Amino acid sequence: MFPFRIPVRDWISKGVDYLVSEYSALFDAFSSLVYFLVDHLKEGMLALPPLALMAIIVLITWKMAGWRVALFALFGLLLTENIGLWDALVETLSLVITAELLVMVVGLPLGIMAARRDRFDAFIRPVLDFMQTMPAFVYLIPAVMFFGLGLVPGVVATFVFALPPLIRLTNLGIRQVPAELIEAADAFGATNSQKLLKVQIPVAMPTIMAGVNQSIMLGLSMVVIAAMIGAGGLGEDVLRGIQRLQVGQGFEAGLVVVILAIILDRITAGFGNKSNQHS
Amino acid sequence: MDEIIRVKNLYKIFGDRPLKAIEALKKGESKNDILKRYKLVIGVQDVSFSIRRGETFVLMGLSGSGKSTLQRLINRLHQPTRGEILINGTDIVKLGQKELREFRRKTFCGMVFQNFAILPHRTVLENVEFGLELQGVEREVRENKARKMIRQVGLEGNENSYPSQLSGGMQQRVGLARSLAVDADILLMDEAFSALDPLIRRQMQDELIELQAKMKKTILFVTHDLDEAFRLGDRIAIMKDGQIVQIGTAEEIIAKPADDYVRAFVEDMDRTAVLTAGTIMQPVRETAFPADGPRTILRKIRRNGLSGILVADANRQLKGYIIADHLADYIRKHSEDKDLTLRKDLISQPTVVTSETPLNEVLKSYKDVQYGPVAVVDGRNRLQGVIVRGAVIAALSEGARTESNTNDADT
Ligand SMILES: Nc1ncnc2c1ncn2[C@@H]1O[C@H](COP(=O)(O)OP(=O)(O)OP(=O)(O)O)[C@@H](O)[C@H]1O
Ligand SMILES: [Mg+2]
Repeated sequence: MFPFRIPVRDWISKGVDYLVSEYSALFDAFSSLVYFLVDHLKEGMLALPPLALMAIIVLITWKMAGWRVALFALFGLLLTENIGLWDALVETLSLVITAELLVMVVGLPLGIMAARRDRFDAFIRPVLDFMQTMPAFVYLIPAVMFFGLGLVPGVVATFVFALPPLIRLTNLGIRQVPAELIEAADAFGATNSQKLLKVQIPVAMPTIMAGVNQSIMLGLSMVVIAAMIGAGGLGEDVLRGIQRLQVGQGFEAGLVVVILAIILDRITAGFGNKSNQHS
Repeated sequence: MDEIIRVKNLYKIFGDRPLKAIEALKKGESKNDILKRYKLVIGVQDVSFSIRRGETFVLMGLSGSGKSTLQRLINRLHQPTRGEILINGTDIVKLGQKELREFRRKTFCGMVFQNFAILPHRTVLENVEFGLELQGVEREVRENKARKMIRQVGLEGNENSYPSQLSGGMQQRVGLARSLAVDADILLMDEAFSALDPLIRRQMQDELIELQAKMKKTILFVTHDLDEAFRLGDRIAIMKDGQIVQIGTAEEIIAKPADDYVRAFVEDMDRTAVLTAGTIMQPVRETAFPADGPRTILRKIRRNGLSGILVADANRQLKGYIIADHLADYIRKHSEDKDLTLRKDLISQPTVVTSETPLNEVLKSYKDVQYGPVAVVDGRNRLQGVIVRGAVIAALSEGARTESNTNDADT
């Protein structure tokens, strides 16, 4: 249709090349940080006997979500161990936790900023829309471009994919804090940071926790996809199942992903309810 | 009189470029015109008044009349568009952010809100500590203080409850305790009792009056309820369209409403709750002295066409009441005794009220006595005046008349 082709792909690769070469030290530092986190988390958890780790997870589930879910978690985890997917589950869990930590470190301040500054909110809103409508595996491309293959780009892609809901819900939660509560704090002579720490964040906590919950769920789904770029974990087993047409094996790994998803969901939802129960 | 707050020509206009609205107001344009023409909302216009230390000052008016706005100007939750607000001599309009914060902490007991505005994630104790915590008061000190306030407002035993576990009335006690825990002069209350049902509301009003007698704060109370205004307020300012149309005591406002707007309010109200014994008492025409002989006393009674007479000594100390018929009987039975003296049991105890007693309570005590007037005395039992049955009836029928008028208007 056109006599020429707009060189989008050239621009992008040039841009990426430029960034990677100019800021290589930065990327390297970030890379090793992520690697360090995931690796230590994983090694730490694997150092424990599976039963001990299981007990810890089941206990947390029990605390946060009651004994029914805890019972489910116990059976799910025992099954995982039994079918030989325990290590994969631990690996996936470390990836998700690391990515979620990054999401919180970046997402909470951005969400708070968006709640306090309308102009920043107006700017970030379309960006978040864009991020959320993008198909998940498209995130793999820039991650690979910047960080190559392996676990680090997997975490990065997961981080980017899971970031929007936390920013959105933090923003929403803080904006929904009743105006009278803010007026009360002002009337008693609160500073801005006192207002934030003693009123806005605690009152918004149930909503913020809903954001954490959503982003963990998104993160988990992304971590599985990230197996395509070598992130490892349960996704790898799913992928192998698909590639070799081993329906049973792929399905087993999928099942364990679901078990993990349910446990993580109920735990974080439990957190939300705990902070919600007084309001 | 020691004055704590003085407001001079204060304006608050909401919207961009608000000064245009002040010009327009000066040219006599109305609030509605200005809203249509300039998209500016008049919150408060050209308000001047002052509040005395220790008084309960009530802002009263219909919804949208600017009560909350005026109150929030006084602690600068709203930034004034123009005008001065002097508090303890400081013009707070000129304070920078940091100074303002300090000023709020040391001058205001925060604020008490209609919907309580207490923190859902904190226990009662933690909520009451809030103001002190913001000031950086040590944990132990503030906890002691908070516990004391919680006791004062009658919430003992609920220290560790969460707001969601409390009734509305109890939640507002938390709000009140949170304010009173802060050691400051001025207490701001915005429709503080309006969300409570009538019975609880009454109770809270009484408790506030009681607490105020002990704490002696300066209270700026916002309400749209005239009954409440008159019950609580030493003085009341009635607002309309962002202006104050009348300031005065309840009696002054009832006796001389400044305009039809105020009259409309006053007519709706139950007069007996507002009028006091002092407003309807009459001067005592003649009293008997304890040393007077029975015949002298009877002459005094007949001369004034009374059915009895109050007895008071030379210092106007009230001693009792003598009923004319009983006295006449006594004299008839002892007609030959030239040096007849007054028998003690002829002097009965009259109903006694003070001039501050509300009329509805006077009425209650009135039903208890078959005869005789109600004596009005001051704090030291000195006779001030007397309320005769006719006066009470007159005041009552006045109330009934205005009531039937408003009923007529409704039908
Ligand atoms: N933040 C604001 N922005 C714009 N207009 C406001 C704002 N706050 C109040 N107003 C307007 O100022 C006027 C006075 O409002 P205010 O809240 O002071 O009334 P009020 O007497 O307290 O009424 P109510 O009994 O309903 O609380 C109203 O017309 C209101 O719409
Ligand atoms: Mg109001």
